[in-house]
Formats: sequence, structure tokens, C-alpha cells
Amino acid sequence: MSYTRLVLMHLRKDLRLEWRTKDSINGMLFFSLLIVVVLAMAFDPGAHPVMTREISGGVLSIAVLFAAMTALNQSWARETQNHVLDAHRMSPAPASALFVGKALANFVFVSAVELVLAPVFAVFYNLHPLGEAWKLLVILPLGTWCLVVNGTFFAALSLRTRHRETLLPLVLLPVSMPALLALIQATTDVLTGEFEPTLWIKVLFAYAVVFTTACVLLFETILHAD
Amino acid sequence: MKTSSGRFPKWASAYFLLTMVVMAIGFYEAMTAPKEATMGNLYRVFFYHFPHTILSFVFPYLNCAAAMLYLLWRNKNPERAAKADAFAVASAELTVLYASVGLATGMLWGRAAWGIWWAWDARLTTYLLLWLLYVSYVLLRRFSATGQTAAVSAVLAIFAAIDIPICFESIRWWRTQHPAPVFGGGADSGIDPTMVSAVLWNVAAWLMWGIFILGLRYAVERRLQRKAAAASAALMSEYTLEAR
Repeated sequence: MSYTRLVLMHLRKDLRLEWRTKDSINGMLFFSLLIVVVLAMAFDPGAHPVMTREISGGVLSIAVLFAAMTALNQSWARETQNHVLDAHRMSPAPASALFVGKALANFVFVSAVELVLAPVFAVFYNLHPLGEAWKLLVILPLGTWCLVVNGTFFAALSLRTRHRETLLPLVLLPVSMPALLALIQATTDVLTGEFEPTLWIKVLFAYAVVFTTACVLLFETILHAD
Repeated sequence: MKTSSGRFPKWASAYFLLTMVVMAIGFYEAMTAPKEATMGNLYRVFFYHFPHTILSFVFPYLNCAAAMLYLLWRNKNPERAAKADAFAVASAELTVLYASVGLATGMLWGRAAWGIWWAWDARLTTYLLLWLLYVSYVLLRRFSATGQTAAVSAVLAIFAAIDIPICFESIRWWRTQHPAPVFGGGADSGIDPTMVSAVLWNVAAWLMWGIFILGLRYAVERRLQRKAAAASAALMSEYTLEAR
């Protein structure tokens, strides 16, 4: 079976599982909405429109990132039930296909959350971008992929530890800091329209390429860690 | 498997004494170097800040190299892999130690020279991220299940090492209060020739000290590994006896 077909099989399986329960998407949506509301209480977006525009890129990224982290742990917990993960380990199929399938599935879930959250967010924060809004269509998927690819990888890594829910953010956040910075800066540039986000898009792209490669190459080690 | 005699080898004691001598010379040189034109005596913290920060960018790559060797030898040569892993732990903890000293001396200096403890400037931010990365490595080792610690942390070590240059560049584009690099930062860079010997002595002293701590931590980790191996071997033989 070709590699692409294997990846698609894993992807289809994850999408079907999620379609049946919709647990992680619902959880993520509500959680990210809660973060947006809590941060609105911290900053009062109505009173300071200029500041709101400057910080909303960050607020949106944080909401999505935190929400994604709650779902990432669950995405691997599914595989541990009934020892499915052990079956994967014995399978002759390349381990990275499982990883790529899972990362793509998580990417679809987080993007779906963003699609719903972004309009709600724009309404709540009274926002209209001053820059070229279409660029967000490049920035958000790229940034999401950067966070999700490392997130999926580190969630698999955290499976091998005690307190895995606590550990995931502790290892994921320091490594993802450049991607997070680029995502926030690029979104802010589009929202404020003061700068061109080109540089940050390049950073996101480079980050995505480098870390996707590293994840794919090292996933086998994680799967067979003992 | 050889057992440790538990004695501190003579050459290590000699090395330790030599390190102390070099450190004393470094201290003397740092305190007697001429006063700096604008900062007066304040700049002397530089002689400690500089070696620690420079060296804390070296140890991560030792950590990364050890992690890669571990992954390479893991299945073929477990004994050698265990050594590489012990070295990886030692170098990661040393990175955290040196980066903490670098951060602390930098903050003291910043408070005295700029009037603030901290600024979100490019170099400070990158350096803080470096510290965070290796603290997360040490935490991961604490949290991971026995028997998997080495492989899991080796992977994180490689990720951290890849992340450092990306962090460095992206943060540089983001912010640029810390003065330009003292060495290799253009025509105006460099320090007064009268201060060079103080810098070199201190770099040498802290490098020697780092190597000493590294060796000590490595020896401790090897001993812990042997202890764990002996414990599991004892448990195994107990089971086989019971089975008979």
C-alpha cells in the first residue's frame, strides 16, 4: 500500500471517529470561546479600540492554542484504548504515516474551530482588519499547522510519561515559541495594516518545513520508545 | 559491568585544583582590570556574564550530539548508549545552570546600567527562551516513565537544538536594548586590549569549571544507571528463583 493511501486511511479513520462523537471539536469551540470572554474581561475591548486591534492577533492565537492543547491529548488517548497503539507498533506500515494522518486530522479540527471562532471573535471584539484580510487565509492555516504538527508529536511523546496532560504544554510551548511569535505578529500586521506580514509568513513557512521534517523523521523513535 | 570503586580519582582532584587556580587568576584579573570609561566599576560583572552566556550556547549542542549518539547506539550498543544518555543529562543540566547564572548576572547588570531588571529585547528574549527550552527538557526527564526517559528526552533534545537558531533569528527580527555583540559586532566592537586577558582568563576558568561539573554529573548519572540496572537484575533473579 502506498504511503499516501496509508496517510489517507489514518486521516479518514480519525475524521470518522470525530464525526461520530464531535467531542474534541465541541470541547475546543467552547473552551476557546471561554478564553475569548475571559480575556475580554481582562482588557475591555470596547473601551480601547486601538489597543484591541493590536492585541487581538495574540488573543485569538492563545485561544486557539489552548483549545488545541486540550484536544491533542485526547487524539492519542483514542489510540491507547484496547491497545490499538500496540497494534500500530507491530504493523509493518511506516510509523510516520500514522503521525501524518493524525496531524492532518488535528489540523482539520483546529481549522474548523478557527472558522467558527473568527467571526464570533470579530463581533465580540468589534474588529475589522485594516490590512489585506485575504492574507489571513495563508497565515492562519500555516500557523495552525506549525502548532498542530508539533502538538501532535509532543502529545504522542507525552503518552510515555506520568501526568501527561500537565506535561504537554510544558514541552510544547517553549519549542513552539517562534511559530507562536510569527503567527501573532503576522495576524497583528494584517489587523492593524501597519506592516507587511511577508517576513512572518516566511518564518512560519520555514518553521513548518523544518519541524514537519523533524517530526516525521523522529516519530518512529517515539512510537518505539521502550 | 564494572563497579565503581567510589573514590574520587587523583587526576580529577588535580584538575579541580587547577580550575580553582585559574578561577582565582580570573577573579584577580577581573578586579584589577582598568575602569571602564562610561560604566566605571559596574562593568566588571561582564567578566562573569560573558563566559556564562557564551558557554550556555555551547552545552546545548553537546546535549544534542549526545542525544543523536544515543539514538544511534540505542539498539546496537546499549552500554555506549547509556553513556551518551548520561552525558546528555549532564550537559542539559549544565545548560540550565549556566543560563541561570547568565540571566541572573545580566539582570543585576541591567538593573544597575539601564535602571530596569528586564527588557523584552531580542537577546534577552532569545536567552530566556533557551533557558525555558532546557528547563522543559529537565522536567520531561523528571516526568517520563522509567525505561523510556532516554529515548523520549533525546528526541526533545534534538527539537530544542533545532529550535535555538530559529528562535534566535525570529526574535532578532522582532526586537532589537541589549548592546550590539561585544565581539564580532562590527567595526566599533571589541574591547580595550587591557581587558582582553581578564576576559580570556575568566572564559577559561568557567569553561574548566563547566567541564568539571559536567564530568561530576556524568559520573553520578552513570552510577545511578548502574544502580538501577543492578536493582532490576536482582529483581529478575528473584523471579527466576521463585519460578523454580
